[in-house]
Amino acid sequence: MNIPQDLKYTKTHEWAKREGNIVIVGITEYAQKEISDVVFVETPKLGQQIERGKPAAVVESVKAAFDIYAPVSGKVSKVNQSLESAPGIINEECYGKGWFFEIDMSYDDDWNQLLSADQYSDHLKQESTKH
Amino acid sequence: MHFHPLTDADKDEMLKEIGVSGFNDLLQGIPSVLRHPKLDIPAGLSEFEVQNLLKERLGLNQSQSDLLSFLGGGSYDHFIPSAVAQIISRNEFYTAYTPYQPEASQGTLQTIFEYQSLISELTGLDVANASHYDGATAVAEAVLLALRHTGRSKILVSSSLHPHYRQTIRTYLKGTPYIMQEFAFDENGQFSREDFMKHLDPQVGGAIFQTPNFFGVVENLMGVSESLHEAGALLIMASHPLSLSVFKSPGEWGADVAVGEGQPLGLTTQYGGPYLGYFAVARSLMRKIPGRLVGITQDSKGRRAYVLTLKAREQDIRRERASSNICTNQALCALTACVYMTLMGTLGIREVAEINLDRAYYLRAEISKLPGFHVNVNLPIFNEFVVRSDKPFARISEILKSHLILPGINLDEFYPEMKNHFLVCATETKTKGDLDRYVEALSQC
Amino acid sequence: MLISTDSRTSFEKSKPGRRGATLTSSRCLDYQPVQKISESLLRKQVLLFPELTEPEAVRHFVSLSKKNYSIDTQFYPLGSCTMKYNPKVNEWAAGLDKFSALHPFQPEETVQGMLSIFYDLEQYLKTITGMDAFTLQPAAGAHGELTGIMLVRAYHNATGQGHRSKVLVPDSSHGTNPASAALFGYRVVELKTNDRGRVDLEVLLENLDDDTACLMLTNPNTLGLFEEDILEITKQVHSKGALLYYDGANLNPLLGIARPGDMGFDIVHLNLHKTFSTPHGGGGPGSGPVGVKKRLIPFLPLPVLEKTAAGKFTWNKDAPQSIGRVKSFYGNAGMLLRAYVYIRSLGLEGILKCSEGAIVNANYLRKKLKKYFPVAIDETCMHEFVLTLKFATNKGIHAGDIGKRLLELGFHAPTVHFPLVVEEALMIEPTETESKETLDEFIEAMIAIAREIEEDPKVILDAPRNLPIARPDEVLAARKPILSYRDLVREKALQSDGVSVS
Repeated sequence: MNIPQDLKYTKTHEWAKREGNIVIVGITEYAQKEISDVVFVETPKLGQQIERGKPAAVVESVKAAFDIYAPVSGKVSKVNQSLESAPGIINEECYGKGWFFEIDMSYDDDWNQLLSADQYSDHLKQESTKH
Repeated sequence: MHFHPLTDADKDEMLKEIGVSGFNDLLQGIPSVLRHPKLDIPAGLSEFEVQNLLKERLGLNQSQSDLLSFLGGGSYDHFIPSAVAQIISRNEFYTAYTPYQPEASQGTLQTIFEYQSLISELTGLDVANASHYDGATAVAEAVLLALRHTGRSKILVSSSLHPHYRQTIRTYLKGTPYIMQEFAFDENGQFSREDFMKHLDPQVGGAIFQTPNFFGVVENLMGVSESLHEAGALLIMASHPLSLSVFKSPGEWGADVAVGEGQPLGLTTQYGGPYLGYFAVARSLMRKIPGRLVGITQDSKGRRAYVLTLKAREQDIRRERASSNICTNQALCALTACVYMTLMGTLGIREVAEINLDRAYYLRAEISKLPGFHVNVNLPIFNEFVVRSDKPFARISEILKSHLILPGINLDEFYPEMKNHFLVCATETKTKGDLDRYVEALSQC
Repeated sequence: MLISTDSRTSFEKSKPGRRGATLTSSRCLDYQPVQKISESLLRKQVLLFPELTEPEAVRHFVSLSKKNYSIDTQFYPLGSCTMKYNPKVNEWAAGLDKFSALHPFQPEETVQGMLSIFYDLEQYLKTITGMDAFTLQPAAGAHGELTGIMLVRAYHNATGQGHRSKVLVPDSSHGTNPASAALFGYRVVELKTNDRGRVDLEVLLENLDDDTACLMLTNPNTLGLFEEDILEITKQVHSKGALLYYDGANLNPLLGIARPGDMGFDIVHLNLHKTFSTPHGGGGPGSGPVGVKKRLIPFLPLPVLEKTAAGKFTWNKDAPQSIGRVKSFYGNAGMLLRAYVYIRSLGLEGILKCSEGAIVNANYLRKKLKKYFPVAIDETCMHEFVLTLKFATNKGIHAGDIGKRLLELGFHAPTVHFPLVVEEALMIEPTETESKETLDEFIEAMIAIAREIEEDPKVILDAPRNLPIARPDEVLAARKPILSYRDLVREKALQSDGVSVS
């Protein structure tokens, strides 16, 4: 399972990347595989205030819908427009072209709450033993 | 009982196979106090006994075949080609379930796709769903769509929207954060532009206009969609579907949602149901439309295939987060409408509308000549119009009954201020002789 | 091949100038009214309908019908859907002019026969379910649920309990339950089912409080199991002032055997298209009458059918506490009429044969199949049971694949991947109108499939091969929605321009 070291993670399988005060958000390879072929993404609106741990987007496969939770609180500053016409890029490049949205982070402390790549990897191991 | 194939010998053999000594052993999980209640149901009847019972019971009715009916108001007596009943009675359509297995349901799926295409043509909007229960519930669901989509709390409706639709919306909104406000119509029964604009505030998520409205008047909606869109609200339109081959379509008026009663598209009046609610939206709302949708794709061999699609919006997947709880559509009614529209074709669908206009305009003109009856001959209508009488409607109704005529719908039941006003409908099924007979009977009142 | 491979729409078979129906050339006026109507009101947009003659249209639709499976052509063991035979006398009745030509605004004195049928049907449904009153208004099961939730809210509001904000549903419930409750602002709490597939009393008690508005329950539940603790469940729920809602999807095996009213349910919805044999029609129309206990009668939707002292039937349109109107006119009258005919045909004896046959058939199938497929909860079932295909996933086979292979062998697929509490679920409901011979053929097919899972999984994964289409690409359908003929034309144009299409 590919878990890039330079990213931060949530237990709900989002990744986050920080550039100054801006946090870029996507879903992990594990999530992408669980969801299987993404057919539609309901992204948040530009300028919308979102709250850490609350649903911010919805990803649909043919047979299911999944909530995507905000890793940090803040204002949505950018949305990946290409997801609308080509949602499949989430399956192809979940850590690259398949990013979801950017957040202008409200509280710096939110960032410190996120998991490191190693912590996330441990979390995945724990989850798989539960099943 | 001729529907139940298990013989006593079958049952004995099967119970033995199951490993129990008798049927009651299979009921052990049911608390004994609950078991075998006494039911008050009469003894069964053979098929011809049932037929006799039905003939006797239904014989107490007088239908529109016994009486010359001028009733409309959301349910219309239109001509239905014989092929419609023949086709929809095909067992493979009639007794199939929801097309969850596309490989074994291409028939149902393709007819729904064609139905969606036909509704999309009629309404001039991009995306139509596989249908709702009826006009009233389709309108109510459209209200929920508009309010959720805009995040607003208020829906505006014209008071000339069908009373049942308004009542149903009110029921659906009770106990939600949403409210419905009515704007007035003028002395001609047309919506009051001034009152509409007065109600249009930043809380409004959408407005519903019916045209032809409940009084049969075709509304002029010039500028309405612009006003609504400027205010960040949606335009929802409800129309008699057959009127749309002659009058401006919802798409042309700039509507975002078109909903309404689909019964005129080949369904009998059958005492109010089952009917179907048609539901179409502009492409921008494709993901918000409730109910089933059928789309085209390819099978694993590259052949065209029809499938239910965009399913992740629906209740069986989203459960409590679904935008609607709707599960069934009115598939057989949608098939009926599909077959009807296909048989009518481009020429027939236009012609039937023209004949409705011919009958209604003629009847209105003739009634205008009668002393004691008042109509406005200058209003644009499709197949219905309001008549005001100097005499009590109850009396008119009584006299026409003796002529075996149902004169129309008493409007003061819905609009107490409209004493002795009644709504008269004349469709293509009426001959000149029928209309003249009606006018003659009215003249004797 | 008997089944046509032509998948062209009617639009693609169209030829300008053809038509499939004639009207009349006679006109009352010597002018066309459209000429007197302002241009600004008239349609300018082109209206493109298919143009076919009657024989072409008939052949088009009849050949489409042959691409469907249906109860009249196939065994249809679709769990939770009660695909029983639809007696043809029902259709005869619904086709009578004295019904089909009734207008809903006709004066009551001209429809007394119809109203008497509604009235009697209400009485039958009351005695069958043990409820005190019925409304026939709701148009489908899900619509009945909506009505039921509105009744819950109206009742609590009227009794000063309007603060109750929570609806409990088992995790095995139908999706419409939580969706209906959420639509009216209720917070839905899913109760985890116990390891016997039933409501876990402890879990229920943990979640049951003064904030609970109601518990929605299907009994027998979606695993086909009777809730043995039902009397304790209803007692506990009532002790907290909450109501009990009965989802009638699975009433068939309880006909004459047990009544939701006696179990303590306050509100019941029925699916006439399941239990009472009205045709499914490819997914509707349904009909979802709702029954209530006495204390909820004032809240029933309008209009309410009443019988006067003189024995006349009349619609009461004005009940002050009513939730109001839930649709136009008077419910799906045609479905109500069919259900009435069905009940009169069966009579008491026939009704008892329904539940008996449904339970015997289901248990027979369960017993015969359990040697080959694990049953999710292997206990005596009611009308249906759930197999789990978890053991086959290591061969790459899922429950849905078994359904596809069954289609190929001439059976409709069971319900797959539901209820959600069972992994790789295959839910089987035979109904009482199937013969032992049919069940035995189905068993043979399932045994053959069990062997194929071990020996030749590919034959299952490649199914179906003998139907009008093989498995469709649902991902493509959802990513590139083509929802109308115009979409199709546009997509084709793009293709021929070489612009897109993966």
